Amino acid sequence: MSADPYVLRVNGNDHQVPDAHLGESLLWVLRERLGLPGSKNACEEGECGSCSVQIDGELVCSCLVLAAAAVGREVTTIEGLAPDGELADVQRAFVEAGAVQCGFCTPGLLMAVDTLLDELSDDGSVPDDLTVREAISGNLCRCTGYGRILEAVSIAADIRRGESRGDLA
Amino acid sequence: MEAMSVTFARTVDDACAALAEHPGALLLAGGTDLMVGVNRGQVRFADVVVLDRVDELRGWRREGDEIVLGAGLTYAEMGRGELPALVPALAQASRTVGSPQIRNAGTLGGNVATSSPAGDTLPVLAALDATIDLRSAQGARRLAIGEFVTGVKQNALEPGELIEAVRVPVLDGPQEFLKVGTRNAMVISVVSLALVVDRSGRNVRVGLGSVSPVPLRPADAEAHIAGCIDWDTGSAPDAAAVHRFAALVAGAARPIDDHRGTAAYRSHAVGVLARRALLRAFPGGAS
Repeated sequence: MSADPYVLRVNGNDHQVPDAHLGESLLWVLRERLGLPGSKNACEEGECGSCSVQIDGELVCSCLVLAAAAVGREVTTIEGLAPDGELADVQRAFVEAGAVQCGFCTPGLLMAVDTLLDELSDDGSVPDDLTVREAISGNLCRCTGYGRILEAVSIAADIRRGESRGDLA
Repeated sequence: MEAMSVTFARTVDDACAALAEHPGALLLAGGTDLMVGVNRGQVRFADVVVLDRVDELRGWRREGDEIVLGAGLTYAEMGRGELPALVPALAQASRTVGSPQIRNAGTLGGNVATSSPAGDTLPVLAALDATIDLRSAQGARRLAIGEFVTGVKQNALEPGELIEAVRVPVLDGPQEFLKVGTRNAMVISVVSLALVVDRSGRNVRVGLGSVSPVPLRPADAEAHIAGCIDWDTGSAPDAAAVHRFAALVAGAARPIDDHRGTAAYRSHAVGVLARRALLRAFPGGAS
């Protein structure tokens, strides 16, 4: 039983979604219908954060968004973070810090960190440790122990503030 | 093939009309509770009424000594701006919900409508004597939070009815919300407690969460402590009064054993939270 066709705006492009079932989550539609498998599916209940995307700039779990209800919203996924094929600042920071192990949580964490830095860039402040930990508290990583992720956030914040470290040049 | 529909309501009237037209429709706000069931195949539906574009539900306003909170306020929105100063316990409770992702999506109306014993805003609403504004195509009605939540995930919502707003008073006095869980994020409460002080009404009101099917008010504990406070000086109650208050709160709890904790632990912990909240509200008291 399918819903009427609808259009989702993802990473700046309109995507037709024909033949979807009404109960499909945004995560499912992104991965299985739109060919955007960067957002990961683990818990399907909002616990792990690996499906995190931005909707109208706000970080949400795409598994908890009804896809058909996201019509008219601006969805940004990990694929939209660096559309020109260059790594985005947060991605470069994760690479530099070695903040990736199995990589499953990484897309969600990158979206969370990108959102944090977007919010901070309004006032140019440096995120303190508590702010960073709270910002990524909805993203579970079972490999790294978070130490290098926290380091990566610090590097990413530096880059975004235009204080790019010499070793990144 | 059965017709399916998605209605993007723009006004509360729109939403009520859509509900009247599709009596079994799913009311979708933030989706943080509902989509868990949808993903598991436990919630099935043919029609959905989407509420997140109803401007009337999104904001809040002050009406005299009352704050009218739109049902569509997210947890994130309840934690910023002027609301934390006006209704501190609600902002504190909102901050403990889930993660940033969940707080950006989940709503006050959704928390009330889900009516879970572990709903984080419910003990606050109980302590504040909140009222719930309901609307349907037939009209409007207002229920006290204690009348609205009737059991575990059960409430007084009639078919075709939705939650429009939650009304809470602006009180003169400190407020606390405390919650026990296994970590500081993504935690469903094992026990929670809200304590609000109403200096002009000369009372202390307490709401307990996760220790009974519905949010609980420990009336004996409230009456006891109100009589132990010198309201003219606002001085802290003495150690014996605090001890008795905590014991009365613990005694009022009616918890169960489940996978998150035992009944015995919950009764103990809610007493600890009662004492802690009271001492924070009346600093300088004997611990």
